[in-house]
Amino acid sequence: MSISVKNISKKYKTVQALQNITFEVQEGELFGLIGPDGAGKTTLFRLLTTLLLPNEGSATVANYDVLKQVKEIRNSVGYMPGKFSLYQDLTIAENLAFFATIFGTTIEENYDLIEDIYVQIEPFKNRRTGALSGGMKQKLALCCALIHKPKVLFLDEPTTGVDPVSRKEFWEMLKRLKQKGITILVSTPYMDEASLCDRIALIQKGKILKIDSPDAIVKAYERTIYEVATNQMHQLILDLKEFPSQYSVYAFGEFMHYIDKNDTFETETLRAYLHKKGHQNISIRKATATIEDVFMDL
Amino acid sequence: MKRFIGFIKKEFYHIFRDKRSLFILFGMPVAQILLFGFAITNEINNVDIAVLDYAKDVESQKIIQKIKASPYFHVENEILNEKVIEGEFKKGKIKAVLLFEKDFAKKLQTEKKATVQVITDATEPNVASTIANYTQSIIQNYQNQKSTVQKSNGVIIQSRMLYNPELKSVFNFVPGVMTVILMLVSAMMTSISITREKELGTMEILLVSPLKPFQVILGKVFPYVFLSIINAIVIVSMGYFIFGMPINGSIFLLAFESILFIITALSLGILISTISNTQQTAMMISLMGLMLPVIILSGFIFPIASMPLPMQVISNIIPAKWFIIIVKSIMLKGVGLEYIFKETLILIGMTLLFIGLSIKNYKTRLE
Amino acid sequence: MESVQEKIIIVENLTKQFGDFTAVKGISFHVNKGEIFGFLGANGAGKTTAMKMLIGISNPTDGTANVAGFDVHTQSEEVKRNIGYMSQKFSMYDDLTVQENITFFGGIYGLSRKQIKTKTEELIAELQLGNITKTKVGDLPLGWKQKLAFSVALLHEPKIVFLDEPTGGVDPITRRQFWELIYAESNKGTTIFVTTHYMDEAEYCNRVSIMVDGVIEALDTPKKLKEQFQVNSMNEVFLKLARNIE
Repeated sequence: MSISVKNISKKYKTVQALQNITFEVQEGELFGLIGPDGAGKTTLFRLLTTLLLPNEGSATVANYDVLKQVKEIRNSVGYMPGKFSLYQDLTIAENLAFFATIFGTTIEENYDLIEDIYVQIEPFKNRRTGALSGGMKQKLALCCALIHKPKVLFLDEPTTGVDPVSRKEFWEMLKRLKQKGITILVSTPYMDEASLCDRIALIQKGKILKIDSPDAIVKAYERTIYEVATNQMHQLILDLKEFPSQYSVYAFGEFMHYIDKNDTFETETLRAYLHKKGHQNISIRKATATIEDVFMDL
Repeated sequence: MKRFIGFIKKEFYHIFRDKRSLFILFGMPVAQILLFGFAITNEINNVDIAVLDYAKDVESQKIIQKIKASPYFHVENEILNEKVIEGEFKKGKIKAVLLFEKDFAKKLQTEKKATVQVITDATEPNVASTIANYTQSIIQNYQNQKSTVQKSNGVIIQSRMLYNPELKSVFNFVPGVMTVILMLVSAMMTSISITREKELGTMEILLVSPLKPFQVILGKVFPYVFLSIINAIVIVSMGYFIFGMPINGSIFLLAFESILFIITALSLGILISTISNTQQTAMMISLMGLMLPVIILSGFIFPIASMPLPMQVISNIIPAKWFIIIVKSIMLKGVGLEYIFKETLILIGMTLLFIGLSIKNYKTRLE
Repeated sequence: MESVQEKIIIVENLTKQFGDFTAVKGISFHVNKGEIFGFLGANGAGKTTAMKMLIGISNPTDGTANVAGFDVHTQSEEVKRNIGYMSQKFSMYDDLTVQENITFFGGIYGLSRKQIKTKTEELIAELQLGNITKTKVGDLPLGWKQKLAFSVALLHEPKIVFLDEPTGGVDPITRRQFWELIYAESNKGTTIFVTTHYMDEAEYCNRVSIMVDGVIEALDTPKKLKEQFQVNSMNEVFLKLARNIE
């Protein structure tokens, strides 16, 4: 077991940041913590990297106890904090060399681990970090977190504020790292990234709502979702919300995702209702649920 | 050790890439010494005064000659009656009026007593009292010469200014500026550079890394020890070469005491950084909490002996006060360690206290 | 109907150079009155730079931009008076209460005390914020903060509101509630100019532009863009565009 968390609770002055959290991460697993800002993801990362002490519960990382074996844990984990921004006045090469030395290693020693990430930014290695784009900074930060060949990698919202292209590349890099046997615990507010993890924990307001593989979570979802589209999408939300048996209505890309309260729901009733409201080009189809649908219904 | 050296290397990158801070760091001591040395001074030179001589006899003329001959005064004009004095002052042309009473020489002869009135413009109190002192000493000097000739009796006060016979204010300012600069560089810069890591979020990584907390702190502090020593050398040499301030005592003792004070200031800087989370707070605490007391209560500008008792007591907890005493003693009096043992011990004690408090407050975790 | 639409933002050959680096390379486009215009692009594509020129806080090196009938270069003060702006990084003062923030922002846009009072009441009713006017903004959940910031950007009833990644980091439900606010505002006739990294949000816009390396590479309705690139989602459109360029 690479990470094992048992009944962890953490309270700040007035806020209960984490409530009785329990989960396990296997060796070599890519595990996602999915939840919005303020869900408690960062607190959990800090507890596991020994930066905070829990009020209750226990946890082990790489088989070391987070309460008692602080030194061992600090030697065997890589951590990329959420607001981590590297040293802006140092170049790429200097940043990397610095993190290598403080972890008692050299860039050369573990170069094979970071190679395919580092080659992408190497052409700019003498540029100051402050002058890099978000995607490049993120790659450099990942290199810095990996330079000492950690057994477990903690990535706190590595893709927040990063454009879709760089995000996609980043997840491909994580997949390759996973193949090299590194356990990765990653958090993200982007629901679409959840499906890229082996297993995920949906977390909100300090509680874990569900843990399973993304597929299993979606499969276990029982309600039927209909995607609805008409020629007046803005009006459609308001009208669907007025529909007597509506359970939930959410915009979902170019469609509305509509869920009805009744199992006996007939799409024709809805079609007639929308028609009466003046909508045209009405299309109503069954949709496959996504992690985001599940999350919103928790 | 390699980790530690790597850390220090990084710190020097930070320092040398921030050109503006670097300029302030090294430009400030030079500018301050020059300012204090040349512009801000308690000495007076060529002050315009006026003379109102009702006596117009040998004695009064001789004294006026003496005054005119001194480099301190320039007799702007001679006025004829008391009524115009105030007008002259209001014009702001002159700073003082010397008033000789009627029959000055005769009274001096017969009654052995005659008055010279020194009327000064006390809107600038320091200048006024200096003028009064200077004229007094010129007149007394004249009288002394005369009395030795005439063998007249009476108590003659002879004052000798030891260690700074010319009362040069530079001798006061060099140790003062050195203290202020060392305090500023060491305490403020370290506290800012530590809090900057907190703000950047890199402190989290450093804490999670195998670097020991004391290595992080030492690594942050070391470059500033180095910079502070350079500053101290620059200041002392400027005092020595440009303003002719002597270094009568051992230069090694001076170096030792300076390094001690730098460490005191650094440990204060660390202490500040443990209680502040942003660079802004660190700077405010350093400026308000350190700079002002250093300037006001250390005896640098205002003599401690003339402060009200509570202030005198408070001044004892200002490390700068002790350092100024030490520097002056070494440079001017040329004393050895045995004479400044008490002050040195106090500084060591304070340093240990600050370091102890920092260790107690330093968090190896967040929160 | 399209042809008679009033153009509220007209950009022609807008260019911004920083030293020898050209961040925005002569872009031209227009935004119709009342539409929701999505302004997308990768990090470093020049989005933020272009947006700063449009809101009158950065001068173009070349080209012109007319916003709400005013030139951004010569009449930047008028431009600022007619637009609202909300960014993810700065929206409101965390250490002031909700009421104090509203009063402050109302004040800088010259609203009278009476107007501020009625606006506050409207706002609280609309957002169903209940009795939180005396709560410090910093103590509110992020979702509330963002909704509130949006309403504050609209206090002076601007013709256009610029939203710079308004939904970053919030949960999916709040994100959708936020878009419902945007729709409602758009229905009132306010023009919305919005940047986002959530590609599903791009689908909610009337028209979308995608910027790559300082140039607008695509601009159309989401539907037509998807047809043009023969894909099923805006995410794929985006990936395809940015990939091709690299």
